[in-house]
Amino acid sequence: MNTKAGTSAIFKFKWFALVMLLLALAPFFLSDFRLNLFGKFLTFAIIALGIDLIWGYAGILSLGHGVYFGLGGYCMGAYLKLQAEELPDFMGWSGLTELPRFWKPFHHSWFALPMTIILPVLFALLIGFPTFRARIKGVYFSILTQALALVFVTLFIGQQPYTGGTNGITNLQSIFGFSLAEPATMRGLYEVTVLMLGMAYLLCHWLTHTQVGKVLVAIRDGENRLRFLGYNPTLFKVLVFAISAGLAGLAGALFVPQVGIISPSMMGILPSVEMAIWVAVGGRGTLGGAVIGAVFVNAAKSYFSENFPELWLYFLGALFIGFVLFFPGGIMGFLQKRRLRWGNVLLRWRGKMLSRPSSNGLASKHH
Amino acid sequence: MGIETLLSQIFNGLSLSSVLLLVGLGLSITFGIMGVINFAHGEFLMVGAYVVYVLQTLFNKFYGPGASGVSFLISIPLSFFVTALLGFLLEKVLIRFLYGRPYESILATWGCSLVLQQMARNIFGANNVDVASPGWLRGGIQMMPDLELPYNRLFILALTTLCVMGIFLYLYRTAQGRRMRAVMQNRDMSSCLGIRTRKVDTYTFALGSGLAGVAGCAVSLLGSIGPSTGQNYIIDAFMVVVLGGTGRLAGTIAGALVMGVLNPVFELISTSSMGKVILFILVILFLQGKPQGLFSLKTRALD
Repeated sequence: MNTKAGTSAIFKFKWFALVMLLLALAPFFLSDFRLNLFGKFLTFAIIALGIDLIWGYAGILSLGHGVYFGLGGYCMGAYLKLQAEELPDFMGWSGLTELPRFWKPFHHSWFALPMTIILPVLFALLIGFPTFRARIKGVYFSILTQALALVFVTLFIGQQPYTGGTNGITNLQSIFGFSLAEPATMRGLYEVTVLMLGMAYLLCHWLTHTQVGKVLVAIRDGENRLRFLGYNPTLFKVLVFAISAGLAGLAGALFVPQVGIISPSMMGILPSVEMAIWVAVGGRGTLGGAVIGAVFVNAAKSYFSENFPELWLYFLGALFIGFVLFFPGGIMGFLQKRRLRWGNVLLRWRGKMLSRPSSNGLASKHH
Repeated sequence: MGIETLLSQIFNGLSLSSVLLLVGLGLSITFGIMGVINFAHGEFLMVGAYVVYVLQTLFNKFYGPGASGVSFLISIPLSFFVTALLGFLLEKVLIRFLYGRPYESILATWGCSLVLQQMARNIFGANNVDVASPGWLRGGIQMMPDLELPYNRLFILALTTLCVMGIFLYLYRTAQGRRMRAVMQNRDMSSCLGIRTRKVDTYTFALGSGLAGVAGCAVSLLGSIGPSTGQNYIIDAFMVVVLGGTGRLAGTIAGALVMGVLNPVFELISTSSMGKVILFILVILFLQGKPQGLFSLKTRALD
């Protein structure tokens, strides 16, 4: 088994390198408009990786990841806004004459950029620790995280002078002196996104293949047994929740310069639930699935909103229902099942069925 | 801030509590009995509210504008039956595949809720519509110079009380209700003893959906209704279930009272957005001490 896992890891790494190369070369065969869209999808894929980590592996469904995405996005938005204007326009409209004190550090990139990840992580620790310690789990946790998303949106809309209210932080012009209207800047941001996605993937891959990953799966499959064995699931849950929030924050930070706006509507309840459906569509518990799901659902979304805006919500609803009922394993689960079947046919044809009866062997052979 | 403002805010909170209670009851029962989280429940409320609207429009057309009083009374049982039927169908088509899979049920029923919202948008338009309160519900009782108790809010309280009493009698005094409680406590044993648990599930789900429809009637008295009406209540209703604990009538009532009354009171003493934040923090802190909620069924199971 170990040797097989070894070869399959190398094989997987080949796949990884190939996909990364293709993604990095995308600017050569996509128009600037499509590239920008695709870059946005890839930031979403980073969120999906985080959600897969906590839901697919640890079995905890968070319906409030929009909050962490939003926190990262707002940190980035604040930084970009302060690059362009001494006093953000919306503050002037709400009658503020001086920059609020907690906005001031966002002048500096050394503060603002790390904060896009640190702030969501801290916040996740703050929320995660008390809830997991009280052993609030399952749907109760999901409902609480969803309420959190609602609370956050209400708060951000209500505190118009400090957050920009319903409109959010808009009209972002440049990043590090490069104009955001320039296609070259967009290409640069896209490549940074690809790089970050790759690093996020490697982080998640490493994490799920260590002891921690095994504990996470154990939390999903038998939390009580894990407790009886002397582990403290709380710490692991808080850890994975924080990592997942950090990834969402990173995604928010990458999203904002590519789209030029961050507003409460991107962190609310519907976006948060959509994030979960990306992972469900791609396939829970497979990192590649999370990425594929995020890109697939969002590509479908932009296709529908370009061509049949009325039908998008019907399609999304059907997607939610259809995947849960008919493809519980998501796209990846479907592909794996298919591959097994084809693998069987192939092997029978070669007359090798008897020598390799285990399905694991088949899977790694045909990976 | 006078005492009258506070009292009227509390009174307004009570009618919010009533709506949350009617919605929360259905959620709590279906979660307690089937382990299914129904996110389309808010849309059942919306359907109930639109039933009032449609019936009123029809009555106005055929009997003149004076008939809205009668149409409202008819629309309460009608809403119940329409949404109960909808719930029955949903259970038959979708929910029964999701028993004991709460996460999947969240996503699938969320999908239903999106579809229902979009349907409402296509049928009734994206804008909110107004339901005229029946004439006999206009005005109110003048308690203090600045404190008037509007009849329509009093009516909502009465309606909810009636519904809760009905549910209580159904659960604790009828054979059907007894079966329902049995299935809630121990599904396998009830099944062994000859209770047709699947049938109980279907009826329970339909009953819970019907209650959401009645809540929709109440909501139509409070303001205009639109495709996203259900969304305004569903999160708070879920918090009621979390706070109150599942499977006990008393828990849902207590949870609804707390959520409904504290919400407007906190909004009064701070701003409307901070009120929600304070309430959320309080709920998290409360769950530290009682993670199962205010009331819960005592079991020996670990989960």
